[in-house]
Amino acid sequence: MITRKKILPYLLVSPYIVHFLLFVAFPVVFSIVLTFHKWNIIAPMEYTGLNNYVRLFNDKTFIKSMGNTLIFLLFHIPLQIIVALFLAEILNQKLKLRGVFRGAFFLPVIVSGVVVTILWQQLYGFDTGLFNRLLTGVGLSKVGWLTDPSIAMVSIAVMATWKNVGLYIILFLVGLQTVPAQYYEAADLEGANHWQKFFKITLPMINPTIFMVVILSTIGGFSLFIEPYIMTGGGPLNSTVSAVLYIYKQGFFYYHMGYAATLGLFFALIILAVVVIQKKFIEKDH
Amino acid sequence: MFYIALTICAVIFVYPFYWMVIASIAPENEIGSLTIMPTSLTLSSYAQMVDKIPIGGAFINSLIVASSITIGVLIFGSMIGYALSKLVFKGRDLIFYIIIFTMTLPFQITLIPQYIIMVKFGWIDTYYALIVPYLINALSIIMFRQYFKSIPDSLIDAARLDGCNELQIIFRILWPNSMPAIITIGIITFMASWNEVLWPLIVIRDESLMTMPQLVTLFAVGGRAESQLGVKLASAVMLALPIVLAYLFFQKYFIQSMASTGIKE
Repeated sequence: MITRKKILPYLLVSPYIVHFLLFVAFPVVFSIVLTFHKWNIIAPMEYTGLNNYVRLFNDKTFIKSMGNTLIFLLFHIPLQIIVALFLAEILNQKLKLRGVFRGAFFLPVIVSGVVVTILWQQLYGFDTGLFNRLLTGVGLSKVGWLTDPSIAMVSIAVMATWKNVGLYIILFLVGLQTVPAQYYEAADLEGANHWQKFFKITLPMINPTIFMVVILSTIGGFSLFIEPYIMTGGGPLNSTVSAVLYIYKQGFFYYHMGYAATLGLFFALIILAVVVIQKKFIEKDH
Repeated sequence: MFYIALTICAVIFVYPFYWMVIASIAPENEIGSLTIMPTSLTLSSYAQMVDKIPIGGAFINSLIVASSITIGVLIFGSMIGYALSKLVFKGRDLIFYIIIFTMTLPFQITLIPQYIIMVKFGWIDTYYALIVPYLINALSIIMFRQYFKSIPDSLIDAARLDGCNELQIIFRILWPNSMPAIITIGIITFMASWNEVLWPLIVIRDESLMTMPQLVTLFAVGGRAESQLGVKLASAVMLALPIVLAYLFFQKYFIQSMASTGIKE
């Protein structure tokens, strides 16, 4: 009886341990081993030393994919925060139909990225897309939303904002509700206007939520895949190649397992570094 | 004032979906100029889609995969969450920290080796590849652990005195008292599996085993839609429909569930 009682907890957690060893621990170790090899799965593995790393730093597409992710984040993060905060502020007033509006903003969050991408591909279409029809309707010229290399990544960032912002509205709403009402009452007594209250009380109080949005968006930026895969295939001129799309191409199109693993390791390290730096900022702030 | 701003924004978020639906039932030659309503309605895009791709089979595949994963995540998650919250044993904290660590590990690092494991297991083009790696989910374990902690030990002790074994305690005593956690984890898991597309693209090549997002994606990027917008959009509508219907009925749960995962991360 006593031994049974001792073994039981381990029996209960054993599925986790098996899963962890097989799908997390082994892959991490094997991925590091792979970075020193050349392998197409079929032929035997070939040791190539630091070749993959040398190649990485000379790979124009890899550097391009980093730049693309940076462009994405530079547009996506501020846009996301401004729109989410603006709508959360309005929704935080005691309004009728609040739930209906909240439900509408949340709709793109629950729908598959595949659906959103196919849909926006049509909206961004050059000849008959809705955006260009609106532009020509008011007498402006058409924009190559997905065909102009300097705009395509920004177009994807705008679409991603539209898709995710509903979630961040909810997170900001939760954050806004933690701000004590007395603060605003005190500010009212001192005659503060709406903007002063926003910048002096609301913004500092919801700082943790803002950082969380920054971290989640950063992870999202490095995980971008299906959007460029469907919309542009990474083009034009590699201007929308994302981190995961490039790993996918190297791994499952060219079967360069060693090099794809090197890319994966590198992107993972960059994500972890960015998140750690951002976390440091939060701790400094409090 | 507020209402005007909100209404404009709501239109921006909902109108594209409306446009997608009416474009999928409009005659092909009208889609290019469509804004509010086509002159006539037709189901020809849907008929062509059914002709070209095995959408019914993909729907059933998606249903099997997402349901199996959800059931697995709930069963394993509650077992492990129970052990971590209510039982005392050596190594418990270590396992807890490992789980937290795996949650912060970016998937980019494990993607390639996980594919190689599937190849070595002979699981490429099987349901196993789609289901087994997802049966255990770190976030769900943490959420169950958190929730079970709020359930008093006296309830468990009483059940033990009545002769319940540990599995009975989990599924007969804890489950009925943990409905909010089960609904939350169930919704997030089902939705994430239903919408997952990268992993199926990697491990499934056989069209008869493809899930909805994969089939719709390959249909949209491949040549088979033959640049017919209506057919592409019809397949997108089919992919969105089940989750949107579920959302209309359980909106409150969806929003709470998604918000709680965001906060935990």
